[in-house]
Amino acid sequence: MGKTLYDKIWDNHLIRTEPDGTSLIYIDRQLIHEVTSPQAFEGLRLAGRKPWRSKANLAVADHNVPTKNRDLGITDPVSRLQVATLEKNCAEFDIPVFSMDDARQGIVHVVGPEIGFTQPGTTMVCGDSHTSTHGALGALAFGVGTSEVEHVLATQCLWMKKAKNMLVSVEGQVGEGVTAKDIVLAIIGKIGTAGGTGYTIEFAGSAIRALSVEGRMTVCNMAIEAGARSGLVAVDDTTLQYLHGRPLTPKGELWEQAIENWRQLHSDTDAQFDRVVELDASQIKPQVTWGTSPEMVVPVDGTVPDPAQEKDPVKRKSLERALEYMALRPGMPIQSIQLDKVFIGSCTNSRIEDLRAAAAVIKGRKIASTIKLAMVVPGSGQVKQQAEAEGLDRIFVEAGFEWRDPGCSMCLAMNADRLEPGERCASTSNRNFEGRQGFGGRTHLVSPAMAVAAAISGHFVDVRNF
Amino acid sequence: MQPFERITSQVIPLDRANVDTDAIIPKQFLKSIRRTGFGPFLFDEWRYFDRGEPDMDCSNRQVNPDFVLNKPEFKDGQILLTRENFGCGSSREHAPWALSDYGIRVIIAPSFADIFYNNCFKNGLLPVVLSAEEIDTLFEEVGPGYQLTVDLKNQTITKPDGTQYHFEIDSSRKERLIEGLDDIALTLKFADEIRRFEDRYRQRMPWLFSEPASL
Repeated sequence: MGKTLYDKIWDNHLIRTEPDGTSLIYIDRQLIHEVTSPQAFEGLRLAGRKPWRSKANLAVADHNVPTKNRDLGITDPVSRLQVATLEKNCAEFDIPVFSMDDARQGIVHVVGPEIGFTQPGTTMVCGDSHTSTHGALGALAFGVGTSEVEHVLATQCLWMKKAKNMLVSVEGQVGEGVTAKDIVLAIIGKIGTAGGTGYTIEFAGSAIRALSVEGRMTVCNMAIEAGARSGLVAVDDTTLQYLHGRPLTPKGELWEQAIENWRQLHSDTDAQFDRVVELDASQIKPQVTWGTSPEMVVPVDGTVPDPAQEKDPVKRKSLERALEYMALRPGMPIQSIQLDKVFIGSCTNSRIEDLRAAAAVIKGRKIASTIKLAMVVPGSGQVKQQAEAEGLDRIFVEAGFEWRDPGCSMCLAMNADRLEPGERCASTSNRNFEGRQGFGGRTHLVSPAMAVAAAISGHFVDVRNF
Repeated sequence: MQPFERITSQVIPLDRANVDTDAIIPKQFLKSIRRTGFGPFLFDEWRYFDRGEPDMDCSNRQVNPDFVLNKPEFKDGQILLTRENFGCGSSREHAPWALSDYGIRVIIAPSFADIFYNNCFKNGLLPVVLSAEEIDTLFEEVGPGYQLTVDLKNQTITKPDGTQYHFEIDSSRKERLIEGLDDIALTLKFADEIRRFEDRYRQRMPWLFSEPASL
């Protein structure tokens, strides 16, 4: 029987298996950020341990960093201490780190791929659930807790149980104005936020193959929002073109050797999946979440659902609670929802392609007077530089957007960028949980193009008619 | 890590599905560089009406009297009963740290998010999966004074009327929890095996080991 892509990567990294199936897996790469690592380094220090292989790690501060007036440093003393602690720990344990003033600084999941740290066929972890992003390059990448960050630092391995295989196949061509974000939100809407629990999801089909690596990253990024720790896309020419010439990708003879190996990184035609989900790309419309879980999502021409229609009492209660938190009424058209703020950024949608798509919609227009704040936070210093070289920053600023420095920013509001209680935001990020973007804040997840269209109109609109 | 054996305690009912780790411990508390001190901020946005900040004194805060942890009959429980997909969202281990710091030792739910489930075992916290029907029954029965006995060794939950539910758990996880073992020390017993693997792997994938010239 053939193997899935996940089976192949798993087998390549398997060191030993215990009788109950728990396996020791070799980990090639670890990304580290300031929030989930201090206690891991402290653990190493207390036990007198050293990293197994320092250079298998790369650290960058992203969650706490300010996105403006960066020359003034971090004003919040607690955030400042956490970022300083990361740099101190990396110096002590000889771990490569991009500091806040490094031009390469940015969100770990944007930085890893763009410098070539992320490579096909590797196992990769980070103390961050959106590590699934790197699966877009055919890497088995998943989030871990701080104890496992420490475990990987100390041993270069993890104990794991193998997940089941799920294939999500999206065939056909998406319509104009429908993006990778809409594809993944539609998938989550179909299978639910726990639909992928216990599985590794391979995203396949002609609509996925047609995406750029950046688009595939948006899809894999939100695998975790479907419950799966890892999302994967098979390696193809698009992947290899993306990787070629990046600072850390192999060169010369090693490149030839690597691509010969990487070309095997796809599921065999006779591979068996435990679950297969199929979507028709042509039926996917721009998506908008209305509630407090990413599965609470409808097409832009839809309406807010009515809990009375839900038979399951637990689900009905969740819907009622979400409506109350979001201050929405059943049956309201999505396009009647008025917004206060617009956020373009996060590891889901802050790459150059996202900013180009957003700029193309806004060019020559202005944000609505009712929008209190519209901001663009590029995913990394390199994305920022590229966007500025293309003049995108001017397009955003002329339209009324703020153009910021890179970081996680208002995706989770650990820095100064946040919603105030009751504020409503169109956001290109990945989570619409209660309070995620700020205490009492209300989040609607959309694509960059949809976010910009909403900023111009002051409410949601269908970007396809814009 | 505190070894886990057997616990008899009041059950705290938290009748919500998809409780995410942002709800368990909001982001502002993740700025701490310690592993302890998160208990007073567990479920902060549901437990208090005002916005919590790290290191604040919670004794003067506006408490939400309707939230289960603020009810005197439930607040000292060590067993949390909840609904499906508990712990979804962020990988933050601060979530099990906060639960553990508050005094919770067992969480019973029909399902858990994978990363959270995994993180529990690193912190002496036992996540127990029961069927949806068993969970429904427990929610119907739970109230003030309702105690369950959770026996990890025998993998059973005993109700006040003496009836038992059995639960599944991987034997290696069970053993580590019962012994309170240090995972890293256990793994390092296989250091030679890891090194041998690494040498073979390096031969096959040399490009993964070439030191970056300028980083």
